[in-house]
Amino acid sequence: MADPVSLSLHDVHGFYGESHVLHGLSLDVVRGEAVSIIGRNGAGKTTMMRAIMGLLERRSGSIIVKGVETIVAAPERIARLGVGYVPEDRGIYSSLDVTENLLLPPRVGDDCMSLVDIYRLFPNLEERRRSQGTRLSGGEQQMLAIARVLRTGADLFLLDEPTEGLAPVIVQRICAAIVGMKEKGHTIVLVEQNVDVAAHIADRHYIMEHGRIIDLITRSELDARSDRLKSALGI
Amino acid sequence: MNAQVLFGQLLIGLINGSFYAMMSLGLALIFGLLGIANIAQGAFYMMGAFFTWMLLRWFNVGYFAALALVPIAIGVIGMAIERLLLARIYKLDHMYGLLLTFGILMLVQGLFVWLFATAGRPYPAPAALSGGFDLGFMFLPKYRVWVVFASLAFCLATWLVIEKTPLGRTLRAATENPMLTRAFGVNVPALMTFGFGVGVALAGAAGLLAAPIYSVSPIMGGDLIIVVFAVVVIGGMGSILGSIVTSLVLGLLEGATRVVYPQGANMVIFVIMIAVLLVRPAGLFGRER
Repeated sequence: MADPVSLSLHDVHGFYGESHVLHGLSLDVVRGEAVSIIGRNGAGKTTMMRAIMGLLERRSGSIIVKGVETIVAAPERIARLGVGYVPEDRGIYSSLDVTENLLLPPRVGDDCMSLVDIYRLFPNLEERRRSQGTRLSGGEQQMLAIARVLRTGADLFLLDEPTEGLAPVIVQRICAAIVGMKEKGHTIVLVEQNVDVAAHIADRHYIMEHGRIIDLITRSELDARSDRLKSALGI
Repeated sequence: MNAQVLFGQLLIGLINGSFYAMMSLGLALIFGLLGIANIAQGAFYMMGAFFTWMLLRWFNVGYFAALALVPIAIGVIGMAIERLLLARIYKLDHMYGLLLTFGILMLVQGLFVWLFATAGRPYPAPAALSGGFDLGFMFLPKYRVWVVFASLAFCLATWLVIEKTPLGRTLRAATENPMLTRAFGVNVPALMTFGFGVGVALAGAAGLLAAPIYSVSPIMGGDLIIVVFAVVVIGGMGSILGSIVTSLVLGLLEGATRVVYPQGANMVIFVIMIAVLLVRPAGLFGRER
């Protein structure tokens, strides 16, 4: 049996140029669970995701992905441990069409979805498979960003605000896709501002403020502590 | 006007345009992927011609074998230079890339002047490509026809690889967003080394094609690269086919100018460059960054 902890951050500090954004962040994600990271804008959620992917210029502390210390590893090496990243800006390439966007990331694990499976999950993408990636609607781009990492066989997914700015009916479809990923036993780290979406998907919710984790709410505590969750978001 | 003179000059223009196309394609590939305006491209062109000459002179290896060997040798030298020198300056301003590659050009050129002096050395066209066709209004040397087709073949092959293959897809992604592409598990630094190798191999191949036309000399690349930079500025960095077309058209225009107003032939491209910069600073096919 592999290490039950899929992702472990301990005392992580992260910097953008001179500005110190992550201040000793620690959290653990167990294999097969979904956790959400909740916090206001500027709390450091996206920076945390970028730190895990090795995309920050400077970071320190310890980030262990599936038992491997990655604090000094290059992004491509981290991805090849089986990590699928859906960035906040969706990261769709304008110089690639939809199919090329889907086929870009190399395989990083065994449990890969085929193009056929992906088109069954997101039929819109098949209709638009020859379109330039950035000509898709926001919702289609988000589906593409998620589909792209599902194809790689990753089993640890970092999803940075996958429902941001999307219409409710699209949000539902994205949610269903993420729940489907969880049911397959994949591990999910979800940054989310939409409390309903986070509550629907995640087993535990880390509250983040000023680059640190300040609280943890489990699914069973959610009803009793929903005010805490909302205040963390400033609602 | 004498038709023979006109067609003769247009043919020379077309051949020059073919060299501009191979050179500017390599430059565009390297600039897109590495963010470096590679002035040393001129040195790789010159080395391509010299290696071709050395192979024949010292090892009795002929033109067609050189056609396979020289681009590979130049590509390998390029990859070594990328790893040893260029890889250290990616985080710095573009200007450092320009200065470093200018230094490499001067160094390589100086080395060859020291070894071979500046006098040109003739290289015979291979027997299969000597002679020519008498078209009635002009004589068309076989080798020049070959050069135009061969360079177009190199350019189109490069275009096909970039637009239609998985490798090209990864190259385009790494050009557009290198960090994100790394986060998908693509080894972008290795891809940059490879891309630089391919870019300079194109220059080496151009040098090989040029050897039987121009005499092989250490300074042939330094002269050419200045004009090629102007061609790239005019065409812009946006489109591969755009830069090929720009190169051929400018070559022809240069040839036509040589007939109408010979004194202007050496500067017509620069005059066009100034005009394009005033109207479309990103170049004719370029996108604003």
